[in-house]
Amino acid sequence: MQFRFTESPIDVGSARRELQTLSAGGYVSFEGWVRDLNDGQEVTRLEYEAFQELAVKEGDRIVTDAMRRFPIKHALCIHRVGSLGLGDMAVWVGVSSAHRGEAFDACRFIIDEVKHRVPIWKKEHYRNGDSGWVNCERCAAAPQHSHALHTHHEHQPHDHHTPEHLATTNPK
Amino acid sequence: MQLKIQYYALMREQAGRSDETLDTAAATPAQLYQELAGRYGFTLSRDQLKVAVNSEFSDWSRPLATGDAVVFIPPVAGG
Repeated sequence: MQFRFTESPIDVGSARRELQTLSAGGYVSFEGWVRDLNDGQEVTRLEYEAFQELAVKEGDRIVTDAMRRFPIKHALCIHRVGSLGLGDMAVWVGVSSAHRGEAFDACRFIIDEVKHRVPIWKKEHYRNGDSGWVNCERCAAAPQHSHALHTHHEHQPHDHHTPEHLATTNPK
Repeated sequence: MQLKIQYYALMREQAGRSDETLDTAAATPAQLYQELAGRYGFTLSRDQLKVAVNSEFSDWSRPLATGDAVVFIPPVAGG
């Protein structure tokens, strides 16, 4: 299973061991973290829920597709569900390959597709007491936006299916 | 015809339930959504949603059969 959910903190050490093989020269990972600000609102915590029966099938299809598109060795994506606090890791993607270029490309492909296609929902709770389902409650008033996750590799949104949305994203 | 419906996220809150078994004359997911939107006042329009039947993505015009499990999928926000 190349895509799975967990209700516990993601164990990166264990996950990366699943990618190790002597034919791989390295691995690339992406971690999505819960950020304290989204769309101008101060976020205090998030709740994730998923339609897991379909989500694991769609997630597996994405990783299988990545294995076909890029000459990589192994790939895995793990997503949290339940209640998460600021700084918690919401999603982890790891890809091992002989050379680094295809590992970066495949990792980017997987996280972009997961955000775009897999039936997972996120409810934000705000410091002012309000809460809202991301992309659902304000979608009539504002375009969908890239949201609460940052990577330590890059401080920019990673939803590049819809570049017009970048303009609405708040820098941290 | 009896269908099993599961609700997630915003739609779960608006329906006030996670799932239900429903007797309906709706022949397709499109007709079913129209019926349930009238009952629960869903704020999302059908063109904002996807639909799954028996845990696989489906067309809105697919004929439904008794016992089918239907899930409406609001805009996703994983990652």
